[in-house]
Parts: sequence; structure tokens; C-alpha cells
Amino acid sequence: MLAYVIRRVFQSLFVLLMVGLVAFSMFRFVGDPVDNLLGQERTQADIERVREQLGLNDPFPIQYVKFLGNVTRGNFGVSYRQGRPVADIIAERAPATLELAGVSALLAVVFGVGLGVFTAIRRDGIVANFIMTTSLIGVSLPTFLIGILLIYIFAVELGWLPSFGRGETVQLGWWSTGFLTESGLKAIILPAITLGLYQMTLIMRLVRAEMLEVLRTDYIKFARARGLSERAINFGHALKNTMVPVITVTGLQIGSIIAFAIITETVFQWPGVGLLFINAIQFVDIPVMAAYLMLISVMFVLINLIVDLLYFAIDPRLSADASSRGH
Amino acid sequence: MNNLSRFLASDFFYKFRRSPVAVIAFIVTVFLVLSAVLAPLLATQNPFDPGSLNLMNGFSKPGVPNDFTGETFMLGTDDQGRDIYSTILYGLRVSLFVGFSAVVFAMVLGATLGLIAGYTGGRTDTIIMRIADIQLTFPAILVALLIFGIAKGITPPSYRDEVAIWVLIIAIGLSDWVQFARVVRGATLVERNKEYVQAAKLIGRSPFSIMIKHILPNTLGPVLVIATISLALAIIAEATLSFLGVGAPPTQPSLGTLIRIGQGFLFSGEWWILFYPAMTLLLLALSVNLLGDWLRDALNPKLK
Repeated sequence: MLAYVIRRVFQSLFVLLMVGLVAFSMFRFVGDPVDNLLGQERTQADIERVREQLGLNDPFPIQYVKFLGNVTRGNFGVSYRQGRPVADIIAERAPATLELAGVSALLAVVFGVGLGVFTAIRRDGIVANFIMTTSLIGVSLPTFLIGILLIYIFAVELGWLPSFGRGETVQLGWWSTGFLTESGLKAIILPAITLGLYQMTLIMRLVRAEMLEVLRTDYIKFARARGLSERAINFGHALKNTMVPVITVTGLQIGSIIAFAIITETVFQWPGVGLLFINAIQFVDIPVMAAYLMLISVMFVLINLIVDLLYFAIDPRLSADASSRGH
Repeated sequence: MNNLSRFLASDFFYKFRRSPVAVIAFIVTVFLVLSAVLAPLLATQNPFDPGSLNLMNGFSKPGVPNDFTGETFMLGTDDQGRDIYSTILYGLRVSLFVGFSAVVFAMVLGATLGLIAGYTGGRTDTIIMRIADIQLTFPAILVALLIFGIAKGITPPSYRDEVAIWVLIIAIGLSDWVQFARVVRGATLVERNKEYVQAAKLIGRSPFSIMIKHILPNTLGPVLVIATISLALAIIAEATLSFLGVGAPPTQPSLGTLIRIGQGFLFSGEWWILFYPAMTLLLLALSVNLLGDWLRDALNPKLK
């Protein structure tokens, strides 16, 4: 067990070092950093001074180690386009993305589990079949089209909800929240549905499949024979036992939600990190791209590590397998 | 003719004929591919030749004669008088070209690496599959975006529009090779120990010719299924990137670019600029997807 954990942690560190190397190479080789920092009217002395300042005269490995040192201290350099430290820009944008991702994940889990249980219990019902068919179409629709469709219905035709932006925000320390104003709450509805829909269908299909599996087992038949109520059987016994795979899949999906937020944020002009990243690509703002790459990698690697370790904690068969291989 | 009649009598064709979903999806796909290929013949104008446009035709409603010029456009025109029907045909061309090329690129790369990993085993196998595992933890769209961003940084600004399509193909292809590598490696591991491979080894065939001539043909079934599903994903990925404004250049708009442009007219009531390209994309993605699903079931020996 311990050996496995250590190996997994080292693997994760190795992945992060590789991502760091990619990010560093972007800095170093994509365009000339000196060109990007100095304007047209520069002298050779300026160039030399900046090269020395940035440490561009050091050997490659030393530059890389220095870069990693900077990154671990939260120093991602200065944005070429905005001329401000990247760390500040990202800290300013992060609350918007995190609030959007949080609400989407919540929607996905609540409706995904609810509809999954419903379609499993009423397997042959008309409503359940309708939900299953609709979900198939929903999966093959590109995210940005869903967003546009929602904008068309709820913002253009009905005029109920805003089509872009975050509405008014309230500053709580360094965190800006949209949850405390009416316009902020209204603004988050459409983006959150757009972002959470795919994950919702995924969770729904998973819960349904697992439920159907569990409902066939002997202990459910026994629970029926004991005369327990349908509610107690479905929720107390069956749903409980489908939760392990659902939790792990949901955990792994958190990373995807943040990644797909790029698309949703562009459709709704939501001022989050994803929109920042897209703008960085459009204007080739390397420091912002590199910082986003590293942040999202740390997140993905951490989530994967935690889910892998959770498997161990939950499923005793895995650890037995690993220890027998060790001997 | 012998091959054709054998195909018509095959199990595979029988299953195809019996599945209305597959037949419809196939017809729609072929129809869309043909219209894309024949776009210069079918289009009423070349929408990207400024000489053939008339600004007076701007914002013509679909099927209604224009107030100023009296010309009628089946699917309407955009703000610059471009015929939406023609832009869709040309956009379809770009979308399908990028989609097909990206899948072929991913297939060649993935199958090669999968063959090498499965056949040689050992450290080569570990390295290739570890890279694949790492890449698989990141969503494909993110990988494609990143490759696109880096490539954009490397190319000098004056060439960016010219190479954008190729960068797009490579970015989507590189984000999608893992599936092919995994499947081909799995099949290779099975085939490697079979007697015909041992026999080929014994008569002194080189590893290269064994991999290409003997093992590869036996892995093609699953590869075909993945290629079809990948095509739908690649088309959506391309549309998404172009919609985000980091894909096809304005000089060669794809369906995604057209949708991006159309979104700007959503509030002013010119719905057709957005609606028709979006429906075309939807039809294309859905029919290729359904075809892939059907193919997966039809070629799955467990379901026979």
C-alpha cells in the first residue's frame, strides 16, 4: 500500500515536471522574451541588461530550475498583453470560473443522480424513455450550440435572463462573488446549465446502469421479501451501493468541467480564467498560456491522484492484489 | 463485380440494410460529403471572392426577394451579401477536410506507435503507453487548444493564416492518437503470439514487414470503428476551436467560424445567418456519430 502511494506520488511529480518543461520551453523558445518586453526603441545595452535580469545567459538546466522555483512561489511572470503579473490576473479571474464550475457540478450531480434513479426505476415508462433519448441527442450536441440555443430561447425570445457577463458582483476580501446580487444569480443560470449538461447526462447514464445492476441482486429481492417500502429499497439499499463509481467518475469530471468552462465562458463572455486563456491564445500571450497550463495540470494530476488513492481506500481487493504482487 | 456481389451478399451488408438508422445516417453523410466535394459546382457564387458579392444584397431574408436588387437567396445572405447556402457548402468543405485529415493523421500516428509498442514490448512499450496515459488524463479539446497556441507562437504572423488549417489538423490529430494506439497495441499483443506470426518470423521476415503485412490487417476492424467515431469528434472539435476564434482563418471559414459570425446577429433578428450553418453542423455530427455507433455494434463479435 505504502509503496503504491509513494510510486503514484512520484509519478505525479514526474508528470508535473514534464508539464513544467513544456511551459518553460514555451517561455524560452516561442518568440524572443526580450523582444516581447522591450519596445521598438531599445539599445544593445538595454537588451544585455534585460537578458542578464531574466537570466537568459545562464545554462538551460539552471534556467529551468530557477523557473520552477519562481513558479512554486507563485511567480508566473508578466503578461505580455496586459503588462501585469500573471498571478494577479489569474487570482482576479479565478472566482468567476470556480463559482461557475461549482454551480454546474452541483446541478450535474443533483439532476444526474435524480434522473438516473428515476429512469432506472421506471425503466419502461414513456417519460423515462423520453429522457434517455433526449440525453443521447444532448451528448452529440456541441457545447457551444447548447449555449447559443439557451441564449436564443431565454435571452432573445423570452428575455428572462441575461445573455452575457456575470451581472453585479460583490467583493468579499479578494474574492468577487456573484451570489449576493439578483443580477449575479440570474447571470449564472444559463452558463451553469450549459456547462453542467454533459456531465449531468454522463452521471445520469452511469447511475441508471449501476441501479439496474444492483436492483437485480439477491439482497434487493430479500429486502422486497422482508416487505420494506419501495422508497427504503430504492434509496436506502440500491442507491447507496451505486455511489462508489458515481463519486469517482464525478471526481474525475471536475477537471473536465474546468476545461470545458473555456467554451462556456466564451459563449457567455463570462469573465473567468477560460476566457482569459482563449484571449491569451489569440494574442499569443505566452506567460498567461504557460501559467494556465501549469495550474490546470496541477489540478488534473491532483484529482487523478486523489481518485486513485480513494479507490484503494474503498476497494480492499486492489490493495490485496498490490501486496501479493509485491512479494 | 465479384467483390461487389460478395459484399452485397455479406452479413455486414444485410445488417446494414436492416437498420433504418444506419441507412439514413449513411445517406445523409454521403450527401453532405458529396455537396462539400462538389461545392464549386453547386454554389451560386464564390462567397470568398469579393468581386462576386453585392453589398446591396446584405441581410436578404431566406426565400424572399431582396428589397433593393430583387434577387432571391434560398437561405438568405449575411451582412456583406454573401449567400448563406454557398458559405455553408464551402464551410462544409473546410470542416470535412480538417476532420478527415485530422483523423487520418491520428490513425497513422496512433496505429504506428501502437504496433511498435505492442510488437516490441519492454521499455518502448512502457514509454509509449505511459505518454498515452498522461495525455488521456487531459481533455482532448484542451490538448488541441494548447498545441494550436504554441504553433501560433512559433509561426511568424504573416504566415499564420496560411498554415492555420494545417496547424488545426495537427492539433486535433495529436489530441486524438491515443485511442488508436491503445486499440492497435491491444490487438497486436494478441496477434503477436499466434502461429502465423511465429511462422513469418521463422522464414526470416523482418519485424517491419511482419507488423505491416501480417499484424496490421488483423487490427483494422476496431480501427475503422474508432476512426468513424473520431471523425464525429474531430468535426466537433474543429467547429469548437473555430467557434472560439482560434481555428480556421477568416479567409477559409469552416462551419464553426460561420456559427461564430452568426452568433453576432442573434439579437438583431437575422436568425438565418446562425441557424442554417448550425443545423448543417448538427446534421453532420449526428449522422457520423450514429454511423460510428452502428458500426461498433455491427463489427462487435459479441453481439452477433
